[in-house]
Amino acid sequence: MRYGIAGMALRILLIAAFLAVWEVVVRAFDVPAFILPPPSNIFLALYRGFASSLYIGHIGVTLAETLMGFALGAVLAFALGVAVALSRRVEFFLYPFIVMFQAMPKVALAPLVIIWFGLGITSKVVSAALVAFFPLMVNTITGLRSADADRVNLMRSLAASRWQIFWMLQLPNAMPYIFAGLEIAMIFALIGAIVGEFVGATSGLGMLIQSMNFTMDVAGQFSILLILSVLGLLLNGIVVAIRRRVLFWDQSQKVDAAANASSETGGVS
Amino acid sequence: MRAVAPVRETASAAREVIGVKRLGKQYGGGAEPILALKDIDFTVSEGEFLSIVGPSGCGKSTLLKILAGLMPASGGEALLNGTPIRGPRRDIGVVFQSPVLFPWRSVTGNVLLPADVQRLGRAGMEKRAYDLLKLVGLGGFERRYPWELSGGMQQRVALARALIHDPALLLMDEPFGALDAMTREQMNVELQRLWMERRKTVVFITHSTAEAVFLGDRVMVMTPRPGQVGDLFTVDLPRPRPLDVMNTGEFGGYVRRIRKVLNAGGALE
Repeated sequence: MRYGIAGMALRILLIAAFLAVWEVVVRAFDVPAFILPPPSNIFLALYRGFASSLYIGHIGVTLAETLMGFALGAVLAFALGVAVALSRRVEFFLYPFIVMFQAMPKVALAPLVIIWFGLGITSKVVSAALVAFFPLMVNTITGLRSADADRVNLMRSLAASRWQIFWMLQLPNAMPYIFAGLEIAMIFALIGAIVGEFVGATSGLGMLIQSMNFTMDVAGQFSILLILSVLGLLLNGIVVAIRRRVLFWDQSQKVDAAANASSETGGVS
Repeated sequence: MRAVAPVRETASAAREVIGVKRLGKQYGGGAEPILALKDIDFTVSEGEFLSIVGPSGCGKSTLLKILAGLMPASGGEALLNGTPIRGPRRDIGVVFQSPVLFPWRSVTGNVLLPADVQRLGRAGMEKRAYDLLKLVGLGGFERRYPWELSGGMQQRVALARALIHDPALLLMDEPFGALDAMTREQMNVELQRLWMERRKTVVFITHSTAEAVFLGDRVMVMTPRPGQVGDLFTVDLPRPRPLDVMNTGEFGGYVRRIRKVLNAGGALE
């Protein structure tokens, strides 16, 4: 934005140049299509996938799994986060489980989840929820506990009840953290759904990548990766748009979602 | 031991709002507890402005927290309108050193916070909030948000908020300590005007000797280690006091009197 229209044009030019070099190099050196297909093949695969409406159905499945997994994971993470943040007793007894669960790469549970919930959509929803759960729970706890001591004292001096302190102070105060958690959770849910489909599924983009891998359809795989990337951007964009509306007051933007996400992904991927 | 000590200071018939008798506060129950307050005795009558001045560490903030019901005393008693202060009370308004505003609430929303906590209903209160905002010189800022205001303006919002539920007592803990010198003097003049209009009972804590004399009907000087009452005297200057009063010999005399007590206590070095 800072660079204006000329900068925007230069950006597009750079992408075009990148694709052109890729195309030329692949053709000039005769790189086999099952190693690295030229961009033109990828776009062709993308076109054919959409034209035959093959992709639409699979996108729908993966999107549904991701959104349902996100919703399930978010509700559970929020509820448990509130319970832990508000009750020392809950925290004390849940702490060992939380630590164990936190250290474990959640995607490693995917094979078990498939055994328990079958090849259908349910297992993918559960797998997405599992992966999405943690970052939001941690952020909810941190956010609820971050209420400034002066503000708590103010509420107490007004003889506010515990619930009033929660509703009027702790919860709104935690919203920047919660939204940062939701942004990560959305992307994580997509990861969880794809991994679940890798392990065992009858439909979805992850399953499609697997089957294309068996047939050495690398151009097809690239086209799915492109779709997944756009899907990720879109899902993240939705959360960011809602955050901007809800958190209009958060001038500091003190919780940097991007920074959090990069440190969190280390444990999963 | 003084068995009965009613209205020791003011012989007039004014009703006693605060009665503090032999109040003590001890921190830490170990072998060497820290004595923060020792044998504090004073009364504040209805409509009176009492300044409490002392260096940091003299226990003046502890005293205010006890009066606000945010902290229990360890000895003696503190009465508000004849009943002991055992916890936060709804008939007290507190202004802290920082404005302590909620950024997710508009200026009006912040002023209405005590009304919301005490479920006074929004209907009549909104009008009251607008009137109070006008009174503190913030007419036209009703729909703004805290981050759009300067430090002095934020503190005015905090003042309006402390008055919304019409408390019997206004406690102010170094409310202008964080402001620059010029804004501070202006706020002192305005607080005097406001107090003369509303005639609230005010306990005003400060570490500025000039501020204490300028605002107070009486000044209570506290000395540290342990926090004790070093002096308690009436300021006999006519109201409204203009800022020029600070250049008079009488004003200087009061300030010198405070300094003398503090110097004797080894507080100013």
